[in-house]
Amino acid sequence: MVNTNETEWRLPSHRVVAMILVILTETALFTIFVVAYLFYIGKSLSGPYPRDVLHFPWLGSILLFGSSGTIVAAEHHLKRGSLRDFHLWWGITFAAGVGFLLWTANEWIHLIYHERLTISTNLFGSTFYSLVGLHASHVLVGAFLLGLILVMSVTGRIQDRHHEHITMISWYWHFVDCVWAVVITVVYIISANS
Amino acid sequence: MPNGTTTTDAGTELLPARPGEERGTLTGWVQDLVFTVDHKKLGMLYVGTGLLFLVIAGWMALIIRAQLAFPNGHVASPQEFNSMITVHGTVMIFWVAMPIVFGMINYLVPLMIGARDMAFPRLNAFSFWLTFFSGFFLLMSFVTGPGLYGAGAAPDAGWFAIAPLTSPAFSKGPSIDYWSLSVLVTGIGSVTGAINIMVTIICYRTKGMTLHRMPLFVWLALVTMFLVVVFIPPLSAAQIMLTLERYLGATFFDAQSGGSAILWQHFFWIFGHPEVYILVMPAFATISEVVPVFSRKPIFGYPMMVAASVLIGFISAGVWAHHMFTVGMNSFQVTFFAMATLAISVPTGIKIFNWLATIYGGKVRLELPMLWCIAFLFQFLIAGLTGIMLGVASFDWQLNDSYFVIAHFHYVIVGGILFAVFAFFYYWYPKAFGRMLDKKLGLWHFWLFTIGFHLTFDPQHFAGFYGMPRRIYTYQPGRGWEVWNLLSTIGAFVQAAAIIVFVINLLWSGRKGKIAGDDPWDAWTLEWATTSPPPDYNFEKLPEVRSRRPLWDLKHPEDPDWKFE
Repeated sequence: MVNTNETEWRLPSHRVVAMILVILTETALFTIFVVAYLFYIGKSLSGPYPRDVLHFPWLGSILLFGSSGTIVAAEHHLKRGSLRDFHLWWGITFAAGVGFLLWTANEWIHLIYHERLTISTNLFGSTFYSLVGLHASHVLVGAFLLGLILVMSVTGRIQDRHHEHITMISWYWHFVDCVWAVVITVVYIISANS
Repeated sequence: MPNGTTTTDAGTELLPARPGEERGTLTGWVQDLVFTVDHKKLGMLYVGTGLLFLVIAGWMALIIRAQLAFPNGHVASPQEFNSMITVHGTVMIFWVAMPIVFGMINYLVPLMIGARDMAFPRLNAFSFWLTFFSGFFLLMSFVTGPGLYGAGAAPDAGWFAIAPLTSPAFSKGPSIDYWSLSVLVTGIGSVTGAINIMVTIICYRTKGMTLHRMPLFVWLALVTMFLVVVFIPPLSAAQIMLTLERYLGATFFDAQSGGSAILWQHFFWIFGHPEVYILVMPAFATISEVVPVFSRKPIFGYPMMVAASVLIGFISAGVWAHHMFTVGMNSFQVTFFAMATLAISVPTGIKIFNWLATIYGGKVRLELPMLWCIAFLFQFLIAGLTGIMLGVASFDWQLNDSYFVIAHFHYVIVGGILFAVFAFFYYWYPKAFGRMLDKKLGLWHFWLFTIGFHLTFDPQHFAGFYGMPRRIYTYQPGRGWEVWNLLSTIGAFVQAAAIIVFVINLLWSGRKGKIAGDDPWDAWTLEWATTSPPPDYNFEKLPEVRSRRPLWDLKHPEDPDWKFE
């Protein structure tokens, strides 16, 4: 047995562990919606069907996946201490998040008004809007956090001790991104081709 | 410990005297409870909330039993009866068992790991108040709709809200919404609380308390909270879908639009079965602390106990469909879930053998906490055995949704979990209030409750064998069910009497009980190293943790544990 009295007593950061658990519990939540979506593929009794109305989300995906890169760049500049570059890259990330939400809004308007697909139309509508909507609501929360950090940093309220907070927000943003990868696979690739 | 400024040996100021705090007055007391972020007070609030709802849901159980005492009963109307069974089940799980579980863990974990509070004290208060208010939100359903008399708009689709009964076509009005929204809100409270507790255990252990020196209670709390974090969200997801279906016309569980009512059952039981382990693990935790102290032996097979707990946590994720053997699954699914169910009884059996091995050859002190533990061991064994019977699919096909199932899970939840909760009270009450619970009243409570429990639930096995289905509001004479139901009803009222004795004991002993002192049971874990009740900051000075029993090392410097571990 190692005698810990002699060695330094070090435990993981509470922020890191808490964020891992938040991501874990959110994953469980998303899993059920993804399972519901997969289970109901091809079970709608009437149209419109996914292959008729869904288009691959190029713009939304570029915005969201790109923002995962820009947030890494922002963190990099924050650690190097160049606050101006941090603001720039963080601002781009925030803009990409907002852009993704606008893209989603546009897609939904198209689906609702032109394709006549609502949440009550058929099983596809129910599962599509609940899964994609749940993801979009997480993007909304993430974008809010990004905006909050941007405002706080520009007004000079972010200090060195807040770096871990910022890393955690970036983890959350990466998580939202990973979920989007799953959503693309399940919704825009598997169901749109079946 | 006197109030006011206290300093550690390092001389840093820990607790400045708070100005303007009116101690001793009623408003001061209420203010203290409402604004507190202290894990001990929140723990007691949790447990107190659980007891309050225990009385409310217990009252519903008495109405159910009174209705079923004789054939063709007239105590409750069919609709009221349905509300009673639904709200009784829902409240007992989400506002009795869960708050008591969270209260136990909230109170004890920071003390046992030598922390000053939880990782996120304000989040802790948030979790508690969500649970507290959502419970009253559910009960509010009784006074809406038709009003106070009768069941009002109370949910009446069974505690697992089976689809398609819950669809807007079959449940008009807000009754199901009370169920799904209140449980959704308390679910959020549970998840935030669980994250808080896990972070506390992982990040706030005192120096020297490595993972393999943590008390078993803390280990089991960690596994329990992991299950909460992973398996409450499926229920929340299903409830979000249900709410979308009821308000926006989504068609998840509506067979007429191609939806599947079976999917609801899957989603519910993916939550529902791990939930059983969420409730029973803290009971195991209590037994694992009490049995060694009253057998005067360290726990037998500590690493196996930890491994078995983690294993139960994992296997519990793959057994849910044993609640659904009769819905018509294919033979592969039936075989898989039957085998997983039988497999999970192995680590549970390991635990029972380890507790027995701890008692074996020990110097057993038959104090009140130990009495409850011994009753637990017998009853939990029977509950486990009937569980194995129901896990065998072909047997389950005969007895699913009969009173045999009712008897089985009440054996788990009352005979197992509630008995452990009472052991918890008798063991840790002295720590929380500084006074012992009265032994004479405690013995009355124990024997009345044990007799009442067996009188209530033993006959239900036989009613089940004779074919009595669950959820029926009345029955015809001449089916051989009368005697079992009458015995069961008498037993329910004996249990109620026992609960009254218990509440009297709690109140009386708080004022007049024997002064406990810091360590009345000569125990070994850290919570006994501080005063009873502990000060706000928990510890003035922590003993060195070099083994699983730091207080043993402190008391027996000539023969410390760390030499052997």
